[in-house]
Amino acid sequence: MLDILAIASRNLLRYRRRTLLTLLLIVIGMVAVLLFIAVAGSFKTMMVGQFTDSVLGHLQVHRKGYVASIDNLPLNLNMKPAMVAKTEEALKADPGVESWSPRIKLGGMFSNFAETTSIRINGIDPAREAATVPLLSDRLLEGDKTKPLVERGQIVIPALLARGMKTKLGDTVVVVATNRDGSVNGKTFVVRGILEGISGPGGRDGYIHIEDARELLRMTDAEVSEIAVRLKDFSRLGQAEAQMKQALEGRTNQEGKPALEVHTWADLSPFASLARMIDLMTLFIKIVLVSIVLVSVMNVMIMAVFERIREIGTIAAIGTPPGRILSLFLAEGLMLGVVGTVAGTLLSLVAIFGINVWRPTFAFGQQQNLVMAPTIATGDVLTIAALVVVVAIVASLQPAWKASRMDPISALRHV
Amino acid sequence: MSLVQAESLTKTYRVGDIDVPAIKGLDFVIEPASFVAFVGPSGSGKSTLLNLIGCLDHPTSGTLKVLDTDIATLDRRAAARFRGENIGFIFQDFNLIPVLTVFENVEYPLRMVQQWPAEKRRAQALRLLEAVGMADQADKRPDQISGGQKQRVAVARALVSQPKLVLADEPTANLDHDTAYRVLQLMKKMRDEFGTTFVFSTHDPKIMGEAETTFTLEDGRLDSDSQREELGHA
Repeated sequence: MLDILAIASRNLLRYRRRTLLTLLLIVIGMVAVLLFIAVAGSFKTMMVGQFTDSVLGHLQVHRKGYVASIDNLPLNLNMKPAMVAKTEEALKADPGVESWSPRIKLGGMFSNFAETTSIRINGIDPAREAATVPLLSDRLLEGDKTKPLVERGQIVIPALLARGMKTKLGDTVVVVATNRDGSVNGKTFVVRGILEGISGPGGRDGYIHIEDARELLRMTDAEVSEIAVRLKDFSRLGQAEAQMKQALEGRTNQEGKPALEVHTWADLSPFASLARMIDLMTLFIKIVLVSIVLVSVMNVMIMAVFERIREIGTIAAIGTPPGRILSLFLAEGLMLGVVGTVAGTLLSLVAIFGINVWRPTFAFGQQQNLVMAPTIATGDVLTIAALVVVVAIVASLQPAWKASRMDPISALRHV
Repeated sequence: MSLVQAESLTKTYRVGDIDVPAIKGLDFVIEPASFVAFVGPSGSGKSTLLNLIGCLDHPTSGTLKVLDTDIATLDRRAAARFRGENIGFIFQDFNLIPVLTVFENVEYPLRMVQQWPAEKRRAQALRLLEAVGMADQADKRPDQISGGQKQRVAVARALVSQPKLVLADEPTANLDHDTAYRVLQLMKKMRDEFGTTFVFSTHDPKIMGEAETTFTLEDGRLDSDSQREELGHA
């Protein structure tokens, strides 16, 4: 094998410029793919992290039909205490669940005694919410991040609303809401924090204590609109969703269908479509890479065979087995792939490191100054490297096969 | 036992719808350690015959035995193995591999065909390079040596795996007369030293005189006189 590789390397060096150009194409392709995966992947991971860790949680459990009408925040589709108990029982039994947070979601009118506007509010248990969406407090633009997000009588409002209503920390405001029976009730709150808005569902909601929400809505039972769930291992999301669905299957409505629904963050956030688009673009750019490697290596190998027909005739005549002739040309493709892969990977890692040192910022929706910090998983690097090497070998296969099947007499006569 | 034995050997090529006979019913034998020339004008069938003896082609009819092996029975892979083990080749254009040094060219059959261990093949390649007087050029590339030197290297490469038969198709066609004569003397010397049979083709009358046995080919047939000469020699 070493003999074959040694001769293959000599043959590649025979046409240095052509070999270098082919390697350059492979390297450019590798760098483009790895950088794209690193930047787009990190952006995706960061944005998904923002949504799951500061708003949605990894999973949510709702009463059936709630999500379909979520824009109306329907109070008549809240989970009854028995449903909540059943859900909490299932969550306790699942070792993969780190925490969960019950929420009451409501729509109301927000007044600073001079102006009034609409507001969407989450009633939360601050300790459980902090355990389930740990980055929520980090979104506080004003207000103490070290204290619980809200206590009884306090409200956290989104920044856009605070600006529009000229409301500051410590101001007293009134929230008026209609309960399930149609009665209107109001409650005063002190503004305890101003929250940075983020794109997506719930990104511009206000927060009050769950007991205040119940009081405002005059709830007699401990109903909740949703239960947000945080998993210990986010990569287990699909598995956890299936387990949760199975565990909650037993709870049926009057029609005998499951009374509860489990949704992942991706079911609830339009960003999931963007994430899927990023995955699709990653696939597309991988296809481009495969095409570049396939065409460039095949081109160089076809040329190599064509230019060395007499040489192939000579080595075939003196008894070189067809399999070894095949190996000689495959080894050239392999070496192009391996050298291109190593150079491409090193260059990509240097570029990724450079971007991390440079730390460029960008804006996404409401969020400003997001830092681009690309990272790439070893698995992704190995997958792309293996893909390039395999494609390089596949691209060499046809020219190598042709060389190994060449008739020595015709080859020796070739001018 | 004869080294090569042909009986009613024919080779016909098909060009379009037409059959073109290149070899027409040849009978001859070549004895071990002989120095044989096939001579004749261009198109007389010399190269076709050498290709058949070298197991590079199959006869259309008749039999051709090389080292008691009927070459018609060899498939592509078996023919390659047979050539690698028993036959050396010297080409008109030398056909050295340009990316390899002189030493590596000579070593090639031992390295890529017979896969000898490194130390043993190094000793054998050096021995052959010394025998052809090219040991001092061992590290040069083929484009750094003269035509005569290239053919010396080609002779060394043909002999390095100790074949019983070496075939040379017009080995001196691209050399001046003096160099051609020296290459033939070298081939003869190698025959004497290693006991290898040399069979070569030529259309150069001065070169054919160096052969101990000469077969004259004309239009795919052997001249009757040359056949008698060979039988007499045997």
